[in-house]
Amino acid sequence: MAKPSRALHKSSGTNGNRKLALIASKGSLDMAYPPLILANAARMSGIDVEMFFTFWGLDMITKKKMKNLNVATVGNPNMHPWFHIPTLLGALPGMSAAASWMMRGEIKKLGFPRVPEFIEQLIDAGANVYGCKMSMDMMKLTEADLVDGAIVLGAMEFMDLTEGAQIVFV
Amino acid sequence: MTQDILDNVEFDAEGFMVKASDWTKEIGEAIAEALEVELTDRHWHVIDFARTDFEESGEPPTLRRITKQTDVDMKEIYQLFPDGPAKLAANIAGLKKPTGCI
Repeated sequence: MAKPSRALHKSSGTNGNRKLALIASKGSLDMAYPPLILANAARMSGIDVEMFFTFWGLDMITKKKMKNLNVATVGNPNMHPWFHIPTLLGALPGMSAAASWMMRGEIKKLGFPRVPEFIEQLIDAGANVYGCKMSMDMMKLTEADLVDGAIVLGAMEFMDLTEGAQIVFV
Repeated sequence: MTQDILDNVEFDAEGFMVKASDWTKEIGEAIAEALEVELTDRHWHVIDFARTDFEESGEPPTLRRITKQTDVDMKEIYQLFPDGPAKLAANIAGLKKPTGCI
């Protein structure tokens, strides 16, 4: 039993200086959610959040792609039994779209936002969102292609920003 | 001396009230003071919603639920309760620690 106090909200960024650095490197629908959920949970607990989107992870914050992330149905060993599709069938046209449609339905049932809304929610919640400079150069993207609020950043600058942070790579 | 009121309230190890039904506005004010949150009408708007929603569902509302069901948006709720809005709002409202991850 303890009376409420600021000190009991230990994980808070202000009190505990705790900071979470998330590196999102995957752009498929199923791999987009883990870093988003972790980032949101951290902000809800008052932990500072820096998110670095690199390689295919960039799709999550690219205006043109973020709405249409898909589940890979070939070579994905992580399929839920409910929408498990044998690899050979997974290669058929429309399979990935069908699995993505099903997964979006399940996510909606849980009350989770879709990826674009989730990113917007995180930015509103004070998470910092960065696009990897090198990946953007490779994909011929500029800051204007990214969701509003996202900033272009080099990997070394990200390292500087996240000194002392706990780093999670997805 | 508003803190004295908390002497007779039962809290868990993390400072959340054990019995939500024991809560009064005065207790809410004293908890907010202990958490260094200065309450405004907008805070009360969130706290009142959290209380009502808890009565119906038995769970403290998630932030997403608060922002969907009230006119308080995500930016504002982080301004009202900096450093952990989900926990701070539930704490002041006399509810248990929230577990929802959205």
